[in-house]
Amino acid sequence: MSGLVIDTERCVGCGRCVKACASAGVELVRREGARPVAQPTGSCIFCGACVDACPVDAIAIEKDAGASEAELASYSGIWVFAQVDDEGRVLPVALELLGRARALADVRGCTLTALLGEGPDAPQDNERALVAAGADEVIVCRDGRLAVRDAEVFAHWVCDLARACRPEAILYGATAFGRELAPGVAVRLQTGLTADCTVLELDGATGLLQQTRPAFGGNLMATIVCPAHRPQMATVRPGVFAAPEPDWSRTGTVRTVSLDAAVAPRVRVLSREAASHGRSIAEAERLVVVGRGIGSKKNLPLARELARALDAEIGCTRPLVESGWLEYAHQVGQTGVSVAPKLLVSLGVSGAIQHLAGIGGAKVHIAVNDDPDAPIFGAATYKVVGDCIEVAEALLDKLGAQR
Amino acid sequence: MHIVVCVKAVPSTTEVKMDPKTNTIVRDGRQAVVNPFDATGLEIALHIKDECAAAGDPCRVTVLSMGIPDTERLLRDCIARGADDGLLLSDRAFAGADTLATTYALSRGIACMDEPADLVVCGKMAVDGDTAQIGPELAGALDVPCVVDVQRLHGIVGSTLALERATDAGRELVEVDLPAVITVAKDAAQLRMPSIAGVLAAEGVPIAVKTAADVDADPARTGLSGSPTQVVRSFVPERASEAVCVTGDAAEQAAALVELIEEACR
Repeated sequence: MSGLVIDTERCVGCGRCVKACASAGVELVRREGARPVAQPTGSCIFCGACVDACPVDAIAIEKDAGASEAELASYSGIWVFAQVDDEGRVLPVALELLGRARALADVRGCTLTALLGEGPDAPQDNERALVAAGADEVIVCRDGRLAVRDAEVFAHWVCDLARACRPEAILYGATAFGRELAPGVAVRLQTGLTADCTVLELDGATGLLQQTRPAFGGNLMATIVCPAHRPQMATVRPGVFAAPEPDWSRTGTVRTVSLDAAVAPRVRVLSREAASHGRSIAEAERLVVVGRGIGSKKNLPLARELARALDAEIGCTRPLVESGWLEYAHQVGQTGVSVAPKLLVSLGVSGAIQHLAGIGGAKVHIAVNDDPDAPIFGAATYKVVGDCIEVAEALLDKLGAQR
Repeated sequence: MHIVVCVKAVPSTTEVKMDPKTNTIVRDGRQAVVNPFDATGLEIALHIKDECAAAGDPCRVTVLSMGIPDTERLLRDCIARGADDGLLLSDRAFAGADTLATTYALSRGIACMDEPADLVVCGKMAVDGDTAQIGPELAGALDVPCVVDVQRLHGIVGSTLALERATDAGRELVEVDLPAVITVAKDAAQLRMPSIAGVLAAEGVPIAVKTAADVDADPARTGLSGSPTQVVRSFVPERASEAVCVTGDAAEQAAALVELIEEACR
């Protein structure tokens, strides 16, 4: 039986678990002539807060064992789903994943496979790029039904392959498409899926994939495993791992497979429109983010000018969207877009926790705010205390003078 | 037409605070609100209901949630805003569910409704979990087509839905035949306010509260037992380093920033 297990011998009755619990799932029970001990109540939701809070390791969450070891051992190899764009080119995130997965496959001593599903007219050199990025094998399927990105069609393809070849793990880029495809595969294979991992480690002996992702707006990191189900699956945001230098001398095998004739798309695409506001800020390499601290809407053109000078996209915090200054597509944060630019310049952003949740992926973050204690500085690489308009104007001057 | 809207109780976003001593999230059950994305989903469903009513077609909207007993309060609020019925799956057996076990529970709840679901509407993601997995997993479990990240409902003709969705490349206008699952973006609509009459009427509406056994759920597939993933460790991320202070007046700061920016973009 699964549940919260408390070792009453170890428990010292300190009550930290009770304090840590947000759902009244654990209580202290006093026994005649003995010290109090913790005991689970009916409202425990197995969040694990008490497990972390316990100073004497008296609490554990136990689960029934799932598949047998022999069953788990019948799976091997790591797969990376290689998404292609509208021109048929492999997305950078697939190469980034191959770079990381190469290291994991070496730890485990297993094969690294790239899955390439594309239309019949796709460029012929994608396989080479995938091998150069670290793949030992490329499984390719060229089919008209894969020319359009229909997540259900792709899910059937990936599931059929996974049932036949039994990979130990499958990794996906956390693109819009990847985040639709991976759950479709997970539910059909009845396995676990961890979204938006920022760290992936693999135990060489057991093959257990340790998937770490931000929780609660990045204030906590949670390491998640999928012990008794295979394949283990995770999505990873673009930009989290560095793309490997292509090694064109690497060799790999290419295996061509076909798609089950019975699979047919059920969503009909009537028309397409490329994003109108330039690139999505989610993929932007450089980003200028403005907050309420810019003071007035009349300062927006200055921010836009700075963004132009930096060849950056523009983002903002939620209050600016709610005031109608910028469209929702520009909103960065928990209820907006999560971003991972190489350079983030934030102007007059105070750093509400919901905003910080969306900027954890930024590599270099320059924050400008007149309040030296603004929470944004806790998430910044460089802290600039000053009037954000003055600094932006001065910066624009310097950038202009450079050209 | 029967529309099922899946809603999740989440901590009110402005209330999410960390306890600096214990590094745990400070949560108060009473502060729970409907996940904002799901609130948009409810509005989309109510909009379809309005259109059906105008055309003289019957349409019923059921709100479905898995959660603690207090979630009933939120479902009642959904009814005050125009939903017809509520079903709350509440049982210790559901506790500790990851997305796969949650999907299973929701699919059992839908299967046990007295009228099959023509359309299931979910928020694109929940603000507290941010996995965006329930919608596509539910579509797979129900074996119906799925359209995620719906930006706008274009219309419904017979049992065909026309929708605008966001993709990696931009936007697409798509068509899907019902039954189907859709997940909606937060700004696709703004949930209407409850009317006074609605609030009064909602008080008398019984909300079904069902256990795992009530919906014939296999105990091995619900809650913690039915969850392939488990959290083995949670920790406060260590900051690599404190922010480096850029000092001086605006001009001096700007001069320093130009160099830092060049370095960052190299």
